[in-house]
Amino acid sequence: MTSVPPTVATAPPHPRNGVGRRLSRLFSRHPRAQLGTMIGAPLAWLLVIYLGSLFALLLTSLYTTDPFTGDLVTTSTSSDNFRELIENPTFRTVVYRTVGIATAVTLIDLALALPIAFFMAKVATPRWRRVLAVSLVLPLWASYLVKAYSWRVILDPAGGVMKQSLGFSPGFGVTGATIVLAYLWLPYMALPIYAGLEKIPNSLLDASGDLGGRAGRTFWSVVLPLLKPAILAGAIFTFSLSLGDYITVQIVGGKAQVIGNVIYRDFGAGLIPAAAAFAFVPIAIMVGFLLMVRRSGALENL
Amino acid sequence: MIVLSRPVRIALRVLTAVVLAFLYVPLAVVAILSFSSSRSFAWPPPGFTTSWWSKAFAAPGPREALITSVKVALLATLIALVLGSLAAYAVNRFAFFGRDSVSLLIVLPIALPGIVTGVALNSAFRELGFDFGYLTIVVAHATFCIVVVFNNVVARLRRLAPNVDEASADLGADLFQTFRYVTFPLVRSSLIAGGLLAFALSFDEIVVTTFTAGPGVETLPQWIFNNMFRPNQLPTVNVVAVVVILLSIIPVAIAQRLSSDPTVGAP
Repeated sequence: MTSVPPTVATAPPHPRNGVGRRLSRLFSRHPRAQLGTMIGAPLAWLLVIYLGSLFALLLTSLYTTDPFTGDLVTTSTSSDNFRELIENPTFRTVVYRTVGIATAVTLIDLALALPIAFFMAKVATPRWRRVLAVSLVLPLWASYLVKAYSWRVILDPAGGVMKQSLGFSPGFGVTGATIVLAYLWLPYMALPIYAGLEKIPNSLLDASGDLGGRAGRTFWSVVLPLLKPAILAGAIFTFSLSLGDYITVQIVGGKAQVIGNVIYRDFGAGLIPAAAAFAFVPIAIMVGFLLMVRRSGALENL
Repeated sequence: MIVLSRPVRIALRVLTAVVLAFLYVPLAVVAILSFSSSRSFAWPPPGFTTSWWSKAFAAPGPREALITSVKVALLATLIALVLGSLAAYAVNRFAFFGRDSVSLLIVLPIALPGIVTGVALNSAFRELGFDFGYLTIVVAHATFCIVVVFNNVVARLRRLAPNVDEASADLGADLFQTFRYVTFPLVRSSLIAGGLLAFALSFDEIVVTTFTAGPGVETLPQWIFNNMFRPNQLPTVNVVAVVVILLSIIPVAIAQRLSSDPTVGAP
């Protein structure tokens, strides 16, 4: 063993009592102070601006509009807007239709995302995996509006691309809107599933095969249960994005009424309290959804 | 790679090709239409011309809207970068009461539909008597952009050795030195990825924007939407659409260079 020659440590410059040093000392003695400093600003922003806004929304939903002047009456509150929501069957139809579209979009995206994500993560060569991953991400960055707009050209029942090349087109309506929403949100489903599949070791799939599981069985009994958080994470996006959409429906949905464009229409017509009350329907649905999936670990996969 | 039977492999390959075609055909359609000699959606185009392109570049509307969008997106990204990384650091570093609720609160602005965020912010700004304009859009966009920065930075921090900043302090660095020489270099690429995504989210947003923009302020998506249904503006909208698609290649290329993981920056 050779003796280590005593090295002269290059002494750090004498610690000055700068702000950085004092803060450093304060934080190491009082970690809570550091936590407070770091979380303070983002927490204040979200609490004041976001939760504050949701509270303002609640307040607005309790106002009424003057039936003669159309002005907002803010001096008194009433639950009339919410009663109207429950009692008026038109609203119920709109909610069912919207939830139906959102569910269909989520299922279509799941069906499309599973094979491509599986191919990418488990079958493709690394080179192809990279190409495919970029191909999936790229349309996500292209403008949402532009994509919805291009579908207008494709679906146009009078001489659109589909009509001219395939001979048929679902045209503008609920079906058209569902197809376009599924198209728009597909990468939001495919990417978490791809990431989830990457985390599943191949040896598990091999083990299932060695034990006699065919491809289908391995998929149902091994892959799918492990993928659950990733699928739910993707579903949060596809479901929520479809639930609130009104732009796509306006572009390719024809006369179809969904939650989003009813809120937009009421809002534009000055029926702001009614619009605010109706906005609580998607909030309730999404909060319920989030609470349901919270335990599955889906939120960490977002 | 795993071993699959031949038919399964072929089926997967075909499905993948079909899904990719599904993703790209609409983009190609707009690109082709931007060169169509017809003013309408006529398909197939009766002939081709580049005149819409030169006209679109001369038009003031889209250019002003583009500048507005870039300004808004830059400011919103800046706010999101600061707030998102602070929150990421706190959530990663400390175990504290209500930590899960903080995570949920950060996710909420994008987990709830855009129209909810839009109507809610509109109510709040109106209650407080704010003037709707640039600033209201920036505040709204920053609120839902925080989560993407947060997610990127928190994912990076989780992979780091937990006590590098303490080690730095032990070696005599003060708070700012630790940040400058240790923490920042380690999270830099996740900040860029999160920042790019935040920028893209803001640049592309229309729903929340509609409810928080003031009169006279028009972002690029708003311009596209407002002109989409005007027959004489269609050719210009087509060109702007293609330009927006082409612009979107830039952030993907940057994210690619930064990381070996091609899905980096994506949700």
